[in-house]
Amino acid sequence: MEQEARVSIERSAVIPAGTINLRGRRRFGERIIETIVFICGAISIFTTTAIVIVLFQEAWLFFGSPEVDLTEFFSTTTWQPETGRFGIWPLMMSTLITSIIALLVAVPLGLGAAIYLSEYASPTARGYLKPILEVLAGVPTVVYGYFALTFVTPVILQGLLGKENVEIYNMLSAGLTMGIMILPLVASMSEDALSAVPRSLREGSYGLGATRLETSVRVVVPAALSGILAAVIVAMSRAVGETMIVALAAGAGPRFTFNPLQAAETMTGHIARISGGDISYASIQYTSIFAIALVLFFMTLLLNLLSGWVVRRFREVYE
Amino acid sequence: MSTTLNPGERPTGYLPEGADINRNIAARRLRGKIWQALFFSSLVIGLLALGTLLYTIIDDSFGYIAVQTKIDPEELSDRPLAELSKEELIEILRANISAGLFRRFDRDEPFSERSKESVLQLIEERVIGREVVASFKLTESLLERERIEATVRERFPRARLEFHSWLNRDFLTRPMSSVPILAGVGNAILGSLWVIAITMILAVPIGILGGVYLEEYASDTWYYRLIETNINNLAGVPSIIYGILGLAVFVRALEPLTSGAAFGVTDSNGRTILSAGLTMALLVLPLMIINAREAIRAVPQSIRQASYGLGATKWQTVWHHVLPNALPGILTGTILSMSRAMGETAPLIVVGASTFVVFFPDSVFDKFTVIPIQIYNWTSQPGSQFRNIAAAAIIVLLVTLLLLNATAILLRNRFKRSY
Repeated sequence: MEQEARVSIERSAVIPAGTINLRGRRRFGERIIETIVFICGAISIFTTTAIVIVLFQEAWLFFGSPEVDLTEFFSTTTWQPETGRFGIWPLMMSTLITSIIALLVAVPLGLGAAIYLSEYASPTARGYLKPILEVLAGVPTVVYGYFALTFVTPVILQGLLGKENVEIYNMLSAGLTMGIMILPLVASMSEDALSAVPRSLREGSYGLGATRLETSVRVVVPAALSGILAAVIVAMSRAVGETMIVALAAGAGPRFTFNPLQAAETMTGHIARISGGDISYASIQYTSIFAIALVLFFMTLLLNLLSGWVVRRFREVYE
Repeated sequence: MSTTLNPGERPTGYLPEGADINRNIAARRLRGKIWQALFFSSLVIGLLALGTLLYTIIDDSFGYIAVQTKIDPEELSDRPLAELSKEELIEILRANISAGLFRRFDRDEPFSERSKESVLQLIEERVIGREVVASFKLTESLLERERIEATVRERFPRARLEFHSWLNRDFLTRPMSSVPILAGVGNAILGSLWVIAITMILAVPIGILGGVYLEEYASDTWYYRLIETNINNLAGVPSIIYGILGLAVFVRALEPLTSGAAFGVTDSNGRTILSAGLTMALLVLPLMIINAREAIRAVPQSIRQASYGLGATKWQTVWHHVLPNALPGILTGTILSMSRAMGETAPLIVVGASTFVVFFPDSVFDKFTVIPIQIYNWTSQPGSQFRNIAAAAIIVLLVTLLLLNATAILLRNRFKRSY
């Protein structure tokens, strides 16, 4: 007590009372930094705005040109820029077919792998296996494109179904490879969702005499459903927007077909091929890729918003 | 209770008794075993796919090639060509090509001024004319040597069989060429480095500061929520859309800047390294911000409070305490963004990476090519030797990415702090 008192006396001896202003000072440096930091955060808004403006502007030019008609664009099934016929369905259909094949591969396998990792594997095994799956997710997509063209099509598909039945470029090979590409994404996201389910639910289920399978499938999976659905939707959006695999393996040239063993160009593949060639900025082909990109942008945006909504709507909250 | 059930069918809520219990349990356990095997096999299929992918790549990168020459080097001279003097080499060249061609070479660059290596190269190209007529995969090269020898003897009697690694030092340093065995990824590697450098110079500071804004400065207002939702949605936009954005904004609208016309560069259009770097920066920015946010959020609140308690301002707290503590996480995020930018192909196709560049880029206003573009280009070419060099380029890319990711993991473990 005495000592403390002395310290405060000494202080007041050194700094005469009334010279310290404890009121906050205006710091211009801080204000400037705050502005800079805000701008950095807001640049993302600029990106989105720029994307929307650019897509709409060029798509407007496209739909405004005499060859193009909005209803024809969404209702006819021929895409032939040379003859002035622009119906988006051939491109859209092959995008849908490849994506659905990819999901048919990735969702069951990814979910199975996730259930195994989260419910069956020992912590040590999980520690090794999950990073390996994530390596698979980090492989650039152009490498998968190479894989589809040099292995999946010639060795697997033409080996199993016969060379005459399978075209060199085909949607099935692109879809299967894309499935392998998004499998780790589905597995990883679903595993996160499954691991987040509290232990007490599993204990409760075991206590009622359920087996490990019954616990996993009837208790843990339903509890983690929002996360799993979100994973599936995100995977769908990745598949729709994927470019390199379809550009290399699905074929060059729009074609309206439901046969996955045939070649048909997807939306992304068409954008990549047209913009990769030398095109004049004034041509209708140039503006047409913006119209396709606009449709693509809204498809993926819708899927992303849907996944956010699913997570909020179906989330089960445990303390 | 209904009594009209078929045999084997049970009403809901039925409790087995007696021998039924054992049968019930045995059946459920069996079902459990079967499904466990199915779950496990889906994991195995995933891993098998990775294995097959690597196997295909390696299988294509090494193996026998059948080399055919127009003339046997030993017929030209009794000593190895490399040991001959320049004058002797010129004589050999003069003796074996037409006089007109010889004069043309002399006009292009007088022989007196040419180096010995350049004369030797001319002899190799014009006189010896090494040509790869067939290439074989690694597996067949190792297991079916006799069959390969027989095929080559039959189809190319003059060809010689040699084991070739498509991935070699020349491949790493040479520029692109239309002859697969002479092609390399040298300028593509350099192009990738240029693009990544520009991407990172822009995306890292903006990404970190953006993360700082969202975690430290923003209050819960409508524009904060807008920015947050927006960043999460941007991370899900397909990469090719960013390419389209880059094409319209950087390549076309800002052409005077990105082509360097505003800085006195005259011989280029907007399809430059700078445009590619800017496009990639926009692409990895959401990723950078999301990673930076997570790293900043992991810094405990007590550190900030201690700093404020000592009278530090907000920025002093962020700069001296929050950022240093978040640095390992931010570095990891940076490296992950970098490997994303490294492997991304689609936006660069749209922005207009040139597929055939033979020179090495030396400024941001140059045309460019990058490793993934080369892989795409070579894979889409007909001809099995292009597949070979595509596979070799994939190995280069994957090894780079593996090194980057290993660094990220090491950094994370090295600087991991627990509070």
